[in-house]
Amino acid sequence: MFGRLSWAAIPFDQPVVMIASGTVGFVIFCVLALVTVKGWWPCIWREWITSVDHKRIGVMYIFLALLMLVRGFSDAMLMRSQLALAAGQAQGYLPPEHYDQIFSAHGTIMIFFVAMPFVIGLMNFVLPLQLGVRDVAFPVLNSVSFWLSAAGVLLVNVSLVVGEFARTGWLAYPPLSEVAYSPGVGVDYYLWSLQISGLGTLLSGINLLTTILKLRAPGMGYRRMPIFCWTALASNLLIVASFPILTATFAMLLLDRYCGFHFFTNELGGNPMMYINLIWCWGHPEVYILILPAFGVFSEVVATFSGKPLFGRRSMVMATMVICVLSFLVWLHHFFTMGAGADVNAFFGIATMIIAVPTGVKIFNWLFTLYGGRIRFTVPVYWTIGFMVTFVIGGMTGVLMAIPPADFVLHNSLFLIAHFHNVAIGGVVFGVMAGISYWFPKAFGFTLNERLGKVVFWCWFFGFYLAFMPLYVLGLMGATRRMQHYSNMHWQPLMLVALVGALLILFGIALTVVQFAVSIRRRELNRDVTGDPWNGRTLEWSTPSPPPAWNFSLPPQVDRPDAFWAMKQQQGTVQDRNVKQTYETIQVPRNNPTGFYIAFFAVLLGFSLIWRIWWGAGLGLLGVIVVCLMQAWRTDGEIEVPAEKVAAFERLHGLKEGAV
Amino acid sequence: MWLRALSMTSAALLMASCNEGVLDPHGPVGKAERVILYDSTAIMLAVIIPVIVLTLAFAWWFRARNSQARYRPDWEFSGRIEMIVWSIPALVILFLGGIAWTGSHDLDPRVALEESKTPLDIEVISLDWRWLFIYPHEGIASLNRLVVPAGVPLRFRLTSTTVMNSFFVPQLGSQIYAMPNMVTRLNLEADQPGTFEGLSAQFSGDGFSDMRFDLVSTATEAFKDWVNATKTQGGVLDARTFEELAKPAKADGAQTYAEVSEGLFDSISIRSMAAVSPPRGQ
Repeated sequence: MFGRLSWAAIPFDQPVVMIASGTVGFVIFCVLALVTVKGWWPCIWREWITSVDHKRIGVMYIFLALLMLVRGFSDAMLMRSQLALAAGQAQGYLPPEHYDQIFSAHGTIMIFFVAMPFVIGLMNFVLPLQLGVRDVAFPVLNSVSFWLSAAGVLLVNVSLVVGEFARTGWLAYPPLSEVAYSPGVGVDYYLWSLQISGLGTLLSGINLLTTILKLRAPGMGYRRMPIFCWTALASNLLIVASFPILTATFAMLLLDRYCGFHFFTNELGGNPMMYINLIWCWGHPEVYILILPAFGVFSEVVATFSGKPLFGRRSMVMATMVICVLSFLVWLHHFFTMGAGADVNAFFGIATMIIAVPTGVKIFNWLFTLYGGRIRFTVPVYWTIGFMVTFVIGGMTGVLMAIPPADFVLHNSLFLIAHFHNVAIGGVVFGVMAGISYWFPKAFGFTLNERLGKVVFWCWFFGFYLAFMPLYVLGLMGATRRMQHYSNMHWQPLMLVALVGALLILFGIALTVVQFAVSIRRRELNRDVTGDPWNGRTLEWSTPSPPPAWNFSLPPQVDRPDAFWAMKQQQGTVQDRNVKQTYETIQVPRNNPTGFYIAFFAVLLGFSLIWRIWWGAGLGLLGVIVVCLMQAWRTDGEIEVPAEKVAAFERLHGLKEGAV
Repeated sequence: MWLRALSMTSAALLMASCNEGVLDPHGPVGKAERVILYDSTAIMLAVIIPVIVLTLAFAWWFRARNSQARYRPDWEFSGRIEMIVWSIPALVILFLGGIAWTGSHDLDPRVALEESKTPLDIEVISLDWRWLFIYPHEGIASLNRLVVPAGVPLRFRLTSTTVMNSFFVPQLGSQIYAMPNMVTRLNLEADQPGTFEGLSAQFSGDGFSDMRFDLVSTATEAFKDWVNATKTQGGVLDARTFEELAKPAKADGAQTYAEVSEGLFDSISIRSMAAVSPPRGQ
């Protein structure tokens, strides 16, 4: 009846897991109880769950990512404390079978359920506003994408209580991830949650790509498109090109595991090396999917707060697109040590290094944007300067490992761990944090507390250096990744320093929550009434904060990059930009629960497949199909906002945007 | 201030790392790789340190409150700077690309070291979760302890019984994956006697952390003595005892075998290909 699922799947004998999941369960229960008692459900259903507004969906993505950051970071704390203890004869407090799940979950969650939703959330929120349009190309699909990601998140977290997670590392290399060596449900949790959320990511990529290519404000040619949109274009091209590879690779591994195929097994001509090539054909573009939008954020921030246009805009666009193309030609550098010949290794090593050229150009361009500026040291600028200083170090160690003979001694060591955290934290996390504090007032109508924001920055900044500089050294000393304990006592002091760094970051994350709470309580003090709190340059700042459901009452006319800056130059202050224009009726998409229902059935489908509950899988699949068909035959998709209502909104907010 | 503290700390950390691991090599491969590490780091630091300094300097000088700094709200392009900006990283990469190309070829793990000397052949099999070293010409084998003569090139062939591992002795240099159904090759050399820690650098399951071994480098005479002594003690390693050995177990201590049946390594490296169960229906 229930496949492999039985009471034995719940680890009652593991106090750490039971206490952790019990606490999480209790918190969730309290939140749900509060919402029910207060009667907030209709509001949440109407305003958020069924919303197809790209701004709401963007905010939900980021909320999801912040939640998962806490989950992923608690894994990190477990690992750091285990390694601080398990030196010499000591085995620490986490046995290998548990520790192996933790590092696998940490990597999986941080990449797929923290970094990805952060980046996609920012793009979702910002793109239509910067492009001067009313929503993304396919609003309902956007909601479906989000809820599919959320379904993946749910499945990964269920694995904490019901069953186990993969013990294979975050990329589940076969043959270790094959049934012969991982017979449990852990790898199935990994595969199905990533298949479901990966589909969401692909759909989101198609959606955002279409938005950029087909929907732009009148006059906004590619040469006038804001730089964040350019980086988002590159990122979404990469999503559309690379996520199908991931899905296909996982599908082959699933066939191996479920149907006895031999794509990657040791038997019958299966070849694990094929998986490793394929997964990195997705995996390397993936890191640029994450970092390019972060580069876009830094470009916007540095230009806005320096009060001048981005230096070398054309170079910046060119560098972005060069990285986009080259990112597909370097995957082999993840396994120089798998026995490829010298020519092959050298080719991929040099291809990898070439990416450092456009990246270096970007750094220089930001540098010269600062030059001659009038820099206001707000929180986003702190993150940006912190990024420029930190990222070049990560770039250097990256190029170092691109030299095959250097990689022969650094591969899989803690040096590698330090490198990719250096670029992932110093690049992606710093970029997302800069983006959040930069666009927060646009989303909610008030700015975040600056003082707390700066403390959060310093926690992350010093925390990062304390946590990962020792890992560079440990890697050189011969410490390898994924070890659960080690015999060399010399390593312990450095492991302790790394733990202190992680604690500092933990403090920073806690302070972020405090920052949100304080900012919300004092929102009247930091109210953004102009819609343009930072003296911005791009179109999103021409709308009120928060923008109406239709974003722009009148389509903005664009005749140069930094369009809003130009409008302000031509018309003086923001308040003076009143132009007599007639408003027209605007159509906005109606709320739609399709995404939520699809995700509901997708969770049922995934969970049933993981536990081999075949009737449940059938039901889940049927549910998804029925919901899709119902959506396909819907008759009314839009509601009309009458021109008078638009005009009333504009009178209320005292500003007119767009018309020049 | 904190920058200085930071650089002092990192210098101290680097010093600490110089006494072990890949920055303290005891063989030609490791030494050549250390040279590459140092050279490329130096080349890159020559660019990166100025960039960090300039970032902080520009950000500080052009702060909004500094009335002395000249505000140039429309300055967004300079062909000359653009050219420099593209050439600096391009030149660095040209240098490093050269290092990468020659380095990849000189230090190709498959290329023999010192043609003039006869190498010692060693066959490495990674088990769950131990290392088995077979000396094919000597006809002996050793578990979790690799004894080699100093100053003699070592020619490894590697495979795995089950999942992937990576054979790595940090103080000798290059690592290489040991993979099921496949044979990889690696050439190393220890240039002086000593004991160097070896490990698996590729996660392979629950016993992975203990998959460590000692590489003991001895004088040539001592090595011969060890071989002769080994031949007189310990059991026989044939297909049957190997099956026993291949069962998953955590590493505990070293062990030697006086005799190894010929072709064991080859039969294992192609084992799973050969041991094909007949297709369904036959």
